[in-house]
Amino acid sequence: MTTNVSALKSQPSAKEVLGKIVRNQLFIPLVALFLLIAFNLITDPGFFKVSLEPNSAGNLVLSGNLITMIDYASELVILAIGMTLVTSASGGQDISVGATIAIAGSTVLRIVKTQSPDISGAKFAGIIIVSFLLCVVVSALFGAFNGALVAFFKIQPMVATLILFTAGRSIAAWINNNDNISINDKRFGYFGNFIPGIAIPTPVFITVICLIVIAIVLKVTNLRLYSQAVGINASSSRLNGINPKVIKLLTFIILGVCVAVCGFIKVSRTSSITYSVIANNIEMDAILAVALGGNNLGGGKFNLTASVLGAYVIQFLTTTLYKFKEIDSSSISAYKAVVVIILIIISAPIVRRKIDDMKNRREAAKAEAEALKAEAEALKAAAAEAESIEAASAEAGKETI
Amino acid sequence: MLTDGAILEMRGICKFFPGVRALENVDFTLREGEIHALMGENGAGKSTLIKVLTGVYPKDGGDVWLADTPVHIKSPQDAQNKGIATVYQEITLCPNLTVAENMYIGRTKSPFTNWGSINRRAEKLLDELGIPVSATEQLGNCSIAIQQMVAIARAVDMDCKVLILDEPTSSLDEQEVQKLFNLMRDLKAKGVGIIFVTHFLEQVYEVCDRITVLRDGKLVGEYIIEDLPRVQLVSKMLGKDFDDMAEIKSGSESENIDFNGTPVYQAINLTGTTGIKPFDFEIHKGEVNGFTGLLGSGRSESVRAIFGADRVTGGQVYIDGVPVRIRKPLDAMKHGISYLPEDRKLDGIVGDLSVRDNIILALQVMKGFFKPFSKAQAEKFADEYIELLNIKTASQDTPIKSLSGGNQQKVILARWLLANPQYLILDEPTRGIDVGTKVEIQKLVLKLAAEGKSVTFISSEIDEMIRTCSRLIVMRDGKVVGELKGEDLNQNKIMATIAGGES
Repeated sequence: MTTNVSALKSQPSAKEVLGKIVRNQLFIPLVALFLLIAFNLITDPGFFKVSLEPNSAGNLVLSGNLITMIDYASELVILAIGMTLVTSASGGQDISVGATIAIAGSTVLRIVKTQSPDISGAKFAGIIIVSFLLCVVVSALFGAFNGALVAFFKIQPMVATLILFTAGRSIAAWINNNDNISINDKRFGYFGNFIPGIAIPTPVFITVICLIVIAIVLKVTNLRLYSQAVGINASSSRLNGINPKVIKLLTFIILGVCVAVCGFIKVSRTSSITYSVIANNIEMDAILAVALGGNNLGGGKFNLTASVLGAYVIQFLTTTLYKFKEIDSSSISAYKAVVVIILIIISAPIVRRKIDDMKNRREAAKAEAEALKAEAEALKAAAAEAESIEAASAEAGKETI
Repeated sequence: MLTDGAILEMRGICKFFPGVRALENVDFTLREGEIHALMGENGAGKSTLIKVLTGVYPKDGGDVWLADTPVHIKSPQDAQNKGIATVYQEITLCPNLTVAENMYIGRTKSPFTNWGSINRRAEKLLDELGIPVSATEQLGNCSIAIQQMVAIARAVDMDCKVLILDEPTSSLDEQEVQKLFNLMRDLKAKGVGIIFVTHFLEQVYEVCDRITVLRDGKLVGEYIIEDLPRVQLVSKMLGKDFDDMAEIKSGSESENIDFNGTPVYQAINLTGTTGIKPFDFEIHKGEVNGFTGLLGSGRSESVRAIFGADRVTGGQVYIDGVPVRIRKPLDAMKHGISYLPEDRKLDGIVGDLSVRDNIILALQVMKGFFKPFSKAQAEKFADEYIELLNIKTASQDTPIKSLSGGNQQKVILARWLLANPQYLILDEPTRGIDVGTKVEIQKLVLKLAAEGKSVTFISSEIDEMIRTCSRLIVMRDGKVVGELKGEDLNQNKIMATIAGGES
């Protein structure tokens, strides 16, 4: 009877394949994304219309809700990469990324503002590279500061990063003496908007580059194995020769670099900075992206693709909600929260396990019922056979008589 | 049917956990005004028995009487109300409250508290018990011993009849232990029955009246202290039954070892921070030796120091005669040392990672951060060792935590075999796994030695050690107290050395 059941189970049925898909970590963010798209298409068939139109600078560019959403999601996607790694290795989250984006942006502006708008292209490129590199160094240092507090002083990540969460925007203002800076050089805006002659927003390119870079890093290093191992069992990792402190520090530094890229895009979008507003609350969205991707916020195993999808879900959701004229823009957060809480609950491991359990039990019950039925049939067949034998022997008996 | 003078009687206590019989038909009797030691090695069922008694676990069978009444203990709170108080190894009081507050917190029903009178009551009780502390002192400022005593004072004030002390002395120094013992004797004189859980033999013989020994969840027996010499206690705790069937070792093997040559590993005056005394140690090519001693004797701490798992503060180490520094696990690994840790769950497995990742982990770390194995290579390694060690797993991708204990241990073993060490340290590789796997692992150890590797093997089961090791280093209270080989490698001699003193 048991062999029957296992034989049944070893053949992958369509249902099992479906089950595998449902259990996949990418399933929930993908379905959420799909539902958002479907919802928008139903309520407004023209929602995803993409057209080639001249923008304010006179370039022909792609425009439409879809492009805007993908464009605006860029910073969140880039942050989600770093946040996923930090979550995996340290089992906590960095809540200072919004404030450190302000620092990164302010650093860039500090360099760029000194240049007059009419310098040559080559010189301008040099300035941009210098400002970007400096911004990467500064952000990485702040990342290292957070990381050191977490790794060496064993402070909970959220508490450790609370320091820069509080102080970051003041530091950003201090870098530029609290001046309101506005860059007049149009070329500075290329990185947050469009490069003339290219119809796709530049941040999309930058995002793709970041994704490729992290994919390569995960391929050619053991970052994935090490940070997962440290996040799951630091003690055991240490006894296997890994230095958990260094790995935690490293993930915070990587997040710092992600922050630098975001800061750069952010200030380029507007060619200016408002210290108290820039990248406001983005840390919460970045953490949400990791959670929506079904990653355990307690650390360990992670799926970067799922986090990235999670980031897009959040941006799509925000844009969708903005579309409703009836919803006051100040109450959007409340609506967003409702959707998010539903997503988080269904992607929570405990809920998924419950669902799995229920399914398993149902399947087991069904398998048992089938097995019982098979047995009953076998019994019936045996009975029939016995009857026929009896009949035959009776016949034979008759014949002999 | 109660024993004379008994204030607590447990009869036929059973407790099952999935797949484990933690307690089977255990009897325990505590008389008025006695100090009763509860002894047994790890996994013997001491703490389970305590937890059943204090209502942490519901029992699966048996009866409990307090004085003359059968009782059913529903929860720790209920146990407290019935006069069973427990003081745990770790202090469970609040360090930021005062001594008096700690003694009375959660016990007053009225919303208003007269702290003045409470402080006076506390002061009086502390005086009576001879605990040298002021009632208004903040608890966090007191020594651990005083904190223990305050915990006991709290229990006494609640009018406890039964006081359970769960390894109270493990973090106390000699003087503090004496103070605690004086307090225990005072309470005993007042008629309190004390259950004393410890693994320090000397302390048992100093303060206790009676001993109950458990082994593998079963009652071995109850003894009056005078009737049970130390050696016998040790033998009862460890279980004496020889299984002569598996006398795997043949005498010739150890003769192949060149004891005069350069040792594969040699340590002189190795000093750690984990409470063991500096020690010398060496192991030769093809040798299997072992550390033995009771739990807490420092046997694990010693091998951890060799591997650099805990901070090493001094001593000189030679690998093949060359002086080296081993300060962290990676140093040891690079010098060809592998270490299978005692606590599989805490230090061994990386639970959520796949069997494959768990197998390649150590070798991968040795290879370097920037040189990941290709997936095909990792799969090949995993396949090879899953087959070699006969690991039962659904697939390589199965998370290791869903494997059985024995198979988890094999995966960890595979991890360290893959690292191809010259010197392999196995700390309790056979704990908590089925008999079949135990034998497999012991055979593997001997096979490795025959191939010229050196192995240090630690096990709580002495017969396993006798079977596999050609030399045993005996430890007691953090000190190496003896080294046994050849003729001396027998149960009696080992137990006598472990017990020490006049036996």
